[in-house]
Amino acid sequence: MDRETLARLARLSQLELTPEEVGPALADLNRIVALIDEMRAIDTGDAAPLAHPLDTDQPLRDDIVTESVDRETYQEIAPATRDGFYLVPKVVE
Amino acid sequence: MNAHESIAELRRGLLDKRYSAVELTEHCLAEIDTSASLNCFITVARDEAVAAAKAADAAIARGEAGPLTGVPLAHKDVFCTEGVRTTCGSRMLANFIAPYDATVVSKLAAAGAVCLGKTNMDEFAMGSSNETSWFGPARNPWDPERAPGGSSGGSAAAVSAGLVPCATGTDTGGSIRQPAAFCGVTGLKPTYGRVSRYGMVAFASSLDQGGAFARDADDVATLLKIMEGHDPRDSTSTDTGPTAFRGPEPMTIGLPAEYWDNLDAAMGARLEAATRELEAAGHALTTLSLPHTRAAVSAYYVIASAEASANLSRYDGVRFGYRAEASEDIDELYRRSRAEGFGAEVKRRILTGTYALSIGYYDAYYLQAQRVRRLIRQDFLDAFNRVDVIAAPVTPSVAFELGAVTDPVDMYRQDAFTIPASLSGLPAMSMPCGMLDRLPVGLQLIAPHFEEGRILNLAAQYQRRTDWHRRHPDISIDAGSRAEREGADAV
Amino acid sequence: MQFESVIGLEIHVQLATRSKIFSGAATAFGADPNTQACPVDLGLPGVLPVLNREAVRMALTFGLAIDGEIAPTCRFDRKNYFYPDLPKGYQISQFEQPIVGRGKITLESAGGTDKARTIGITRAHLEEDAGKSLHDAFAGLTGVDLNRAGTPLLEVVSDPDLRTPEEAAAFFREMHVLVRTLRICDGNLNEGSMRCDANISVRPVGASELGERTEIKNLNSFRFVERALRHEIERQVDVLESGGQVERETRLYDAERDETRSMRGKELSDDYRYFPDPDLLPVRITPDLLQEARAHLPELPWAKRARYVDDLGLTDYAARALVSDPDTAAFFDAILDSGADARLAANWVMDHVAAMLNRHETDIAQCPVSATQVARLIGRIEDGTISNTAAKTVFDAMWEEGGDIDAIIDAKGLRQMRDTDELARIVARIVDQHPEQVAELRAGKTRLLGFFVGQVMRETRGKADPRQVNALLKQTLGAP
Repeated sequence: MDRETLARLARLSQLELTPEEVGPALADLNRIVALIDEMRAIDTGDAAPLAHPLDTDQPLRDDIVTESVDRETYQEIAPATRDGFYLVPKVVE
Repeated sequence: MNAHESIAELRRGLLDKRYSAVELTEHCLAEIDTSASLNCFITVARDEAVAAAKAADAAIARGEAGPLTGVPLAHKDVFCTEGVRTTCGSRMLANFIAPYDATVVSKLAAAGAVCLGKTNMDEFAMGSSNETSWFGPARNPWDPERAPGGSSGGSAAAVSAGLVPCATGTDTGGSIRQPAAFCGVTGLKPTYGRVSRYGMVAFASSLDQGGAFARDADDVATLLKIMEGHDPRDSTSTDTGPTAFRGPEPMTIGLPAEYWDNLDAAMGARLEAATRELEAAGHALTTLSLPHTRAAVSAYYVIASAEASANLSRYDGVRFGYRAEASEDIDELYRRSRAEGFGAEVKRRILTGTYALSIGYYDAYYLQAQRVRRLIRQDFLDAFNRVDVIAAPVTPSVAFELGAVTDPVDMYRQDAFTIPASLSGLPAMSMPCGMLDRLPVGLQLIAPHFEEGRILNLAAQYQRRTDWHRRHPDISIDAGSRAEREGADAV
Repeated sequence: MQFESVIGLEIHVQLATRSKIFSGAATAFGADPNTQACPVDLGLPGVLPVLNREAVRMALTFGLAIDGEIAPTCRFDRKNYFYPDLPKGYQISQFEQPIVGRGKITLESAGGTDKARTIGITRAHLEEDAGKSLHDAFAGLTGVDLNRAGTPLLEVVSDPDLRTPEEAAAFFREMHVLVRTLRICDGNLNEGSMRCDANISVRPVGASELGERTEIKNLNSFRFVERALRHEIERQVDVLESGGQVERETRLYDAERDETRSMRGKELSDDYRYFPDPDLLPVRITPDLLQEARAHLPELPWAKRARYVDDLGLTDYAARALVSDPDTAAFFDAILDSGADARLAANWVMDHVAAMLNRHETDIAQCPVSATQVARLIGRIEDGTISNTAAKTVFDAMWEEGGDIDAIIDAKGLRQMRDTDELARIVARIVDQHPEQVAELRAGKTRLLGFFVGQVMRETRGKADPRQVNALLKQTLGAP
């Protein structure tokens, strides 16, 4: 993994890395990449990818309104709200 | 009265009115205060605990005691508790108070348990030593210079130190079993889907599973009976009926070569003594092979990191959690909040996961890891055609010193013995089976899906024949001393 | 050089479930900000999605209607990107295994021609809607309302089979009729219940390769689709004719300025890192689910139109108008079920009923006069009891006060004259009173017949049957 790739990953995952952090992060990540490369050598033949450990199906919920929304409580934990809205810096569309 | 007693013993004491729930709770709270240097708790819910204990006493007086009425317990700080903050060991959630209880929390409360607080853990359950906690590591009660294991280190240490008789934990790649082994308590990771994940802060959703720590297998069974069952709020929770706490008699116990070969000699000797004890109890031992074991850690770090990279995107400083000050635009708000709110290990996992899912790498990493995952699970399914349970080491060594493992990949390899069962969704537990260098050793027992009953039963048989699970560190002696009450070197 | 355009639409259809696709919060439009966003919709830690059965059922009903492929299982994936109105930092969508695969619909008279065109539908998949960002309400800040977050969407993706802006608009309109007929969407474009994006490219006529395409977002009315595409085609042709190259980009349609503008640099992400959502399991489309979906299939718009034209003899225009609103079509069908004449019924629904609904700003589902009553009223016209004009008076009275049709007819004295002798006497009198006009008429000014009809109708205060009056006049005047 090079600096460019790391910068791309940081951008995709919205993580700011300071210039001092980049070097050590890159070293660690390259050790991790070596680890995750190990399993690439396994011959998996025709094994299908396994996303869930159990072979079960999605249960379906009846279409009923069950949640009563307590906005005041939910927004007590919010960093910034006004008039019921969550506030963020101006987003330019 | 003390929290080194089992749930069953404490329950008898409460029902016989030898002590009240309030007295028991206050005793435990005092022990927690005395042992503050172990850093087992991130939050002690003192007032809530005393109120719950009073309610428990009232229930006992009315003759309406439930299975855990008045029994003190602690929750890993990954379980959301309404009104008591849930930090997940992270600065990101240092002030987060969930407006709901996790299903596990409400089930245990409904059974009468008295929650004393929230235990320390690796940040977002990512770690094997408790050192990634924003609140500093919990310490191993057997030796405070050593790690209690992770990520559920605070829970394991609290039970081990006798601060509570039982505690919840979660296990994604070994986060219950490894700290149980390091701290010398009994810990179970149930089958994936056995226990609801609702209200449990997600690390890797296809691997995370809630479980419990207690003094012995019977107590763990008591807790599982309360915690288990399908939850309409968790699509991946399964309704298979209650666990039957029994297995075939006698059982055939498989010993996988990939786990037992190349084990540290002293460690191997303690573990072999344990399997011989099981043999002496009438069970058969046989060796077997789980050939894809060597790829497990590698595949696990792809899958767990990929899932985590998405699961942790909701921490953006908008609706809850840490928000960096004075951000000019939305991207800066995201980047700085996440940079300041997450620790280094969490960032590494997010970046690793993002890498494994990104264009051009998805097939080579993510899909390949899932194929390997299927092969690993198939190894177990094949093995369980021949054997009833599998016995294996939990950890390559006893508890290591805090600060001793600095390389992330070295730390990841600590979980080599616990990860395969996690990838396969199998129930697995750790039970104390000896001491090495005055530190506990744990034996891992793995069962087929939804056959927790087999390993809990087997562990209970072992615990009737031995007393490793009754031993505990003496934390009343000054921290730093490695003395213990009952001659742990006796093996 | 002549160019042709190649257009594909992506239509987001909000499904009309009571609760959200993955939570039990309500979906009603227009609530106070963040009062319909529960912890699952807010993406709080630890909470989990559980799939709404009705959303699945609605998607399947749609799939059956477009003759779409329905695989035995489908799956949900996470689409990862950061945006303030996307609470989890990913959208739960379907990427690799959509619930509905390849299907099609036929546009009967697309793009102003009479030639029917079959438009392929690539796929239709379920996903959750995002919330809304308010950019103007707070100085220097954006407000986020997550009420809409988690509302079920069916994203319908067409093949690039559309060739003109008119055809694209016709396709959007037909989807609008379809989803409303299926009762899976309220179709309210103003509230964003259906939203449309278009992919468009141009190429020289006869070329087999596609040109570079742009995506235009925010085409939320039939008119906008047509206008925005026309502008974009002109723009792309201009670029190509001046020797330039069309750049692949996303453009936003600004309805107020009636133009598209580039969103360059504002694109969210080029790498969404889709992967199966581990919180959701594969959805098995059981025979029971399919049966349930099939049971919800009404007569489809195209079948209904064919029936109206072929069996009932309505004009193509009338059939389209009636079918365009499923409640209107249902009202019309209910009138027919009560035995009324189809053409009279169609005229009534499109004319006086529509006018009254319009005047009272209500819709046909709320019409105070029932279809059965309208059928009986039409019956009274057919049997000659009242004139069409008188029937409108009766209808208005029933609208205002209700009551029995015949009682109203009598109370208002609207019954037509049935006494032929009496009418003959009046006709004779009128003829006698206008000798000049009679002469002119006989001299060939036949349109004066209308004058005499009017006079007789006035004399009878509208109670005479105009057909009968006509016949009597012709008889008396000996007109051709």
